[in-house]
Amino acid sequence: MKLLFEKVQVGDALPTLEVDVTARIVVMGASSSRDWQPQHHDYAWATGRAGTKDIFLNTPNQAGWIERYLTDWTGPHGRLGRMKFRMRRPVYPGEKLAFNGTVRSTEVDESGTGWVDVDIELTVGDETATEASARLAIPRDEKDNPWRRSGDDWRP
Amino acid sequence: MSSQIEEEIAERTASLVPEWTGKVLDAGPGDIECERGYITHWVESTENANPLYWDQNVATEVTQGWIAPPSMLSVWMRPLMFNPNARETVRPLEMHFRLKDAFELPEGIVTGNEIVFHEPVRPGDLISTKQTVTEIGNVRTNRLGTGRPWTIDVTYTNQRGQVVAVESYRMFCYVRSAS
Repeated sequence: MKLLFEKVQVGDALPTLEVDVTARIVVMGASSSRDWQPQHHDYAWATGRAGTKDIFLNTPNQAGWIERYLTDWTGPHGRLGRMKFRMRRPVYPGEKLAFNGTVRSTEVDESGTGWVDVDIELTVGDETATEASARLAIPRDEKDNPWRRSGDDWRP
Repeated sequence: MSSQIEEEIAERTASLVPEWTGKVLDAGPGDIECERGYITHWVESTENANPLYWDQNVATEVTQGWIAPPSMLSVWMRPLMFNPNARETVRPLEMHFRLKDAFELPEGIVTGNEIVFHEPVRPGDLISTKQTVTEIGNVRTNRLGTGRPWTIDVTYTNQRGQVVAVESYRMFCYVRSAS
């Protein structure tokens, strides 16, 4: 699957992704990001020392989930140029985390790269857990491949 | 109206703000090089089916070989939890912990993060980092406690000297509220 730039319109909604967060997901996320800060694997430390309700998803792993959400939509030719996010509340085991995204803008820069800017919201119930935005390069036509760009041709 | 604890922290740390703003730590190369096992664990943990990370033919065609997911960036700078050859004790995002120690704000959370991606990281790459304190904010109180926000920029380069990314971390470090 290859999403092409010409198919994307401002206001397009990305398909919703829902994840049932478990302790395994939190701990595996900490492990895969090599983040051994105790609030991401040690319940007693998280609740007793950090003052949170439980262990919770760590920052790099949330970045990984957001990237996965975006490339589920673009396919493998989509290339992340920029990603920004802000955590509003921790995400705990037992919660259902929903990802929703909307295309905010599109642009072709001077190098010819087709950019799509997406706003993303991660919610638990009706609460915003994380707000994110991302800038992705996607192919302008069947022959274009953003991954081949570097130097002056890559301006994220 | 400022609370007593806000005033105490503001007074105690006021001179540290100009002293630490702009400080740079060259953390050098990470303890590990990029390799496929870490990549597979990452895409396993995020249930990421992108064929770039599972299908060598796709990786060859699209990215001219295996790459790491861009969001894995910080993995390459984290130190091993055990390393008999370690030169010194270096904590992950060392500058952040040095700030916490200097400001005597024992708790800390990441509140925001921005990453600009450049050259892809590939298996065999060894990533070096430089960490810079770009901003230290005013004392504030939230539901976690009282402390200061700060921002640390991390520049990642590969062994060829190419910038692979610049990451900006926003932190809030604090003493817990008495409950």
